[in-house]
Amino acid sequence: MLAGLLVVVPLIASLVLFLMKGKPVKNIALVFSLVPFAIAIAAYVQLTHNPDSSTLLLNCTWIKSMNVHFAIALDGMSLLLVLLTTFLVPLIILSSYQNNYDNSHSFYGLILLMEMALVGVFMANDGFLFYVFWELALIPIYFICLLWGGADRARITFKFFVYTLFGSLFMLIGLIYLYNHTYTTAGIKSWAIMDLYAAGQALTEVQQGAVFWLIFIAFAIKMPIFPLHTWQPDTYVTAPTQGTMLLSGIMLKMGTFGLIKWLLPIVPLGLANWGGTAITLSVIGIVYASCIAIVQKDYKRLIAYSSIAHVGLIAAGILAANAQGVQGALMQMLAHGVNVVGLFLIADILLRHTGTRDIDKLGGIRSMNGNFAVMFLIILLGSVALPLTNGFVGEFLLINGVYQFSPIAATFAGLTVILGAVYMLRSYQNIMLGERRDAAITFGSVASSDKWVLIIVCLVIIAFGVYPKPLTDLAEPAVKQILSVINK
Amino acid sequence: MINGISINMYMVLSAILFIIGAVGVMARRNSIIIFMCIELMLNAVNLLLVSFSTLHNDPKGQVFVFFIMAVAAAEVAVGLAILSMVYRNVKSIDTNLMSNLKN
Amino acid sequence: MVKLVGLVPLFPLIGFLINGFFGKKLSKSISGTIASVAVLASFVVALLLFFEVQHLPGHKAEVSLFSWISAGTLNIPFAFLIDPLSSWFLLIITGIGFLIHVYSIGYMHTDDGFQRFFTYLNLFVFFMLLLVLGNNYLIMFVGWEGVGLCSYLLIGFWFKNTEYNNAAKKAFIINRIGDLGFLLGIILIFISYGSITYSGVFEKAGIVNESTITTIALLLFIGAMGKSAQIPLYTWLPDAMAGPTPVSALIHAATMVTAGIYMIVRSNVFYSISEVASEVVAIVGVATALFAATIGLLQNDIKKILAYSTVSQLGLMFLGLGVGAFSSSVFHVTTHAFFKALLFLGAGSVIHAMGGEQDIRKMGGLKGKIKITFLTMFIGTIAISGIPPFSGFFSKDEILAHVYEHSPVLWFFGMLTSMLTAFYMFRMLYVTFWGSFRGTKEQAHHVHESPSSMTIPLIVLAALSVIGGTLGLPEFWGTPNWMHHHLDAVIYRKNTSLLTHETEWLLMGLAVASAVAVIFFAHQLFVKNGVLPQTNENKLKPWQKLVANKYYVDEFYTAIIQKPIDLISGAFHKFFDVQLIDGIVNGVGTSVKGLGAVVRLVQNGNIGMYVISMVLGIILIFLTLFIL
Repeated sequence: MLAGLLVVVPLIASLVLFLMKGKPVKNIALVFSLVPFAIAIAAYVQLTHNPDSSTLLLNCTWIKSMNVHFAIALDGMSLLLVLLTTFLVPLIILSSYQNNYDNSHSFYGLILLMEMALVGVFMANDGFLFYVFWELALIPIYFICLLWGGADRARITFKFFVYTLFGSLFMLIGLIYLYNHTYTTAGIKSWAIMDLYAAGQALTEVQQGAVFWLIFIAFAIKMPIFPLHTWQPDTYVTAPTQGTMLLSGIMLKMGTFGLIKWLLPIVPLGLANWGGTAITLSVIGIVYASCIAIVQKDYKRLIAYSSIAHVGLIAAGILAANAQGVQGALMQMLAHGVNVVGLFLIADILLRHTGTRDIDKLGGIRSMNGNFAVMFLIILLGSVALPLTNGFVGEFLLINGVYQFSPIAATFAGLTVILGAVYMLRSYQNIMLGERRDAAITFGSVASSDKWVLIIVCLVIIAFGVYPKPLTDLAEPAVKQILSVINK
Repeated sequence: MINGISINMYMVLSAILFIIGAVGVMARRNSIIIFMCIELMLNAVNLLLVSFSTLHNDPKGQVFVFFIMAVAAAEVAVGLAILSMVYRNVKSIDTNLMSNLKN
Repeated sequence: MVKLVGLVPLFPLIGFLINGFFGKKLSKSISGTIASVAVLASFVVALLLFFEVQHLPGHKAEVSLFSWISAGTLNIPFAFLIDPLSSWFLLIITGIGFLIHVYSIGYMHTDDGFQRFFTYLNLFVFFMLLLVLGNNYLIMFVGWEGVGLCSYLLIGFWFKNTEYNNAAKKAFIINRIGDLGFLLGIILIFISYGSITYSGVFEKAGIVNESTITTIALLLFIGAMGKSAQIPLYTWLPDAMAGPTPVSALIHAATMVTAGIYMIVRSNVFYSISEVASEVVAIVGVATALFAATIGLLQNDIKKILAYSTVSQLGLMFLGLGVGAFSSSVFHVTTHAFFKALLFLGAGSVIHAMGGEQDIRKMGGLKGKIKITFLTMFIGTIAISGIPPFSGFFSKDEILAHVYEHSPVLWFFGMLTSMLTAFYMFRMLYVTFWGSFRGTKEQAHHVHESPSSMTIPLIVLAALSVIGGTLGLPEFWGTPNWMHHHLDAVIYRKNTSLLTHETEWLLMGLAVASAVAVIFFAHQLFVKNGVLPQTNENKLKPWQKLVANKYYVDEFYTAIIQKPIDLISGAFHKFFDVQLIDGIVNGVGTSVKGLGAVVRLVQNGNIGMYVISMVLGIILIFLTLFIL
């Protein structure tokens, strides 16, 4: 019931918004987007009190001939991601208040449609349904980037679309392959996740390796992992700020979440054989992207590269496949989602107030607006994982997890601690500190909608840095279950 | 079946008619002639159907021929209508000029 | 009573929140008072706890607040440990912290960022208290990074100055290098012992093989190198003098930089087991001590001299740790906190009097003009130089005695360091306070004694510098070494001195004699002959130039680390990312497009063509069917 509502409500909301052409829809969109968040909170209460409640499940036949079910369920892990999604969407809508987009009704409609698809991806328990939601999520973001994007958007959006679609097709092949093998283990061809797990585990080592790579590539492109990342910086820079927030804050987590739920338990042998290679790629990505971030001038592009570094660490932790790594990955997914929304909003505010995001042209903003500087600093500290911010919990667990896999990989992954500080502090110093470099640049008070987003982000950063227990407790049983499947 | 004329002869005639039709479709550019050639090919097939129907003493083949003739008539009506529309727009019925869908 | 331990960090946190949120609405005096009272309140609680600890069973107690991080078998409580070591550090931090807060009210009274300054200062005290109070390594790490953040904020306190900002950034980044080592060390401890709480690790330290313990100890020591400014990660500390002087006194002399020593004393069981790690600590310590002391010889900025002196003294403490003299090092931390805070605050008072001038070549003859500052600084200088019965003498002598027992070679270098220390400290003192006034006329007119909020802390610290030595009187005098007994419960391997009393007397006599001789030499040089530091850098001899430029270590680091990273990053971006990887991606796209361009030629729109190809196709199908 609750699970079904989480999909249906954003869908209806988006359809309503599509019909409201020419009307001011900001506030309506915001109210609409708060409803799924309320439902997610209700689901959280339900899950903590009565984890077996039937309201958290929905399972009905969809396409009989292929044995496809519309099966969605909320366990601790998917609820974490659903909470993140439903929490971020209102923030993203609020952050758009200062950008007066044309045709805003379809803009917000697309955002809510996207929310529906994302929530669906996180809840799906049926391989076919998962794939449908996975691809469905691509459509709204494609239009958001294409219609409201910046310079050269047609080319860049096209590349992004084709690149990710290309990756997804590999996953489709992998899933169909598994579907055909469910016959031997389940006695009937089935898309149910547990049947896919069983079918995957029954494969030989070589077959598992092949499936591992087929599915991994789709996720690796979505996250993205080195060297499949080149669509990402351009797309992040060109997309409208809200599009970037959706992409990096939530959509990226489809990939990492997919790794945990749709890859590791399916091919444990493939993981055992190829996990090392994948971790190596992830770790290379961390160092590589961090280095590139150091020399970026455009602040938005800098965050884009830092995002590659962060997600590399998350992927490495997941692929290490131990309790600390996976748990840390979930924590870091939440932290990263919240933090990048804050950082991208800051990039947007800078652009709106000063007309540039070039960190070499900005400077001295701290003396013009001290409160903004403080909030910026808090978000930045969350991003460089200072203890008692939300970023630290995840990062510590992740490095811990990777260390158990390989101390050397962990040492290189840990370089993010240093390099992250280098590029973040360098950009902060250039943008905020020192003397004003260009007399024409002024920076007045920040609009109240922006201010509220930043305040909420800061509060979350500190609250879950000091007391992450509700989140870890929520994830713990689900993580245990996944790990027990892997280690069976 | 007319005595003395074997089934082979019908088949040869039919094949000749069909080939004339096919070559006409391939070689000519005038739409009307192409159209006529298509009819020729249809009739070649009709001839074959009728011959075998008689040979096997089975009326099914002749029933088919009626269907084909009915369809061909409808086709002629629609086809000529299209052609006359094309002619009105392009002032020609040369197929080489009808390449607007190319790009 | 022990339950109240949470109050100790809570008070500065409240002070931080009040000043942080409402600072702008508060007047300077209220803001400063709130911050100081917060630390004073912590000091009072810490004092009560300190006495309480003596009566506790096992001399320790743990107070758990909540479960912080848990994942799988990893379970990290947010819990505090109160034992002789942490309770002693609490006293140092809150006690000296309070004095410096009071001092800052006077020192910063004209600054626009007054409230902000106290906000950061309270935050610093909060994190520093967390660092020493945690009952596990991760809470220590929280404080560890937290003080790093505050250090960053306070070094770059005057944020409009790019050079200060660079210094702040450098401090943070270099500290982070150490932090990574520390973090990996913590993780290795977790993996080896399945726990990171002190009680869960130390008691079964021996179950792990020695090479792992060595790795753990070395990783932890990397953390200590960063925070406590040891070779090769020391370069941030002299630059950190960009911050306001009270910050230099509190953070970069008395408390934060001794965190590394706290950490190693806390983990002394690892270092007792691993000979290799201990040896590394001792060698790095003595090298740093000697190296920094030589740089101190030719510095002219009063704060830089003190900064290098701090680096050098920290090196001496690590030397002590390396030879297993853990309690002696804590003793030296304590006395060093007294006299170095005093010297920094005194230097601040001098700078205050000179209207912001920090170059000792432009001072001179100040002893009659700012008497209290002069007298207190004089006491501090004697204390650091190791003249009995001042505090520095006892702590330094105790360390050196242990070093001699371990290795006479190390002892020789330690001795050399302390002679150099005496020399450059007296050089600073003589050049600043003796001779004739060399500043501008305006400055001469302006010179005045600081307000009482600044001088009272000086006097208190001077008194502590004088009597601090009684905390650890030498055992061979037949007097009880209080510090040694106090820390008994936390030191796992005791080493009692094997030296004969005669040797100990001899070492002590040598130390005093050499210090006196050096001071006499300095007196001859700077007072009798009135030699002044060279102002023209071109006239320096080559070796002097080398030393005055700090052996060009900063330039060296820039050349071998910073520049290559920038270069590689640029190459990664411009060549590798944009051209190679993205080139391949775009290449795939372009080739598909190209293939399409070729294939689409077939679709030329000629109906005849289509029909012919169709017929040919049919014929082909028939042919294949018949042939096959």
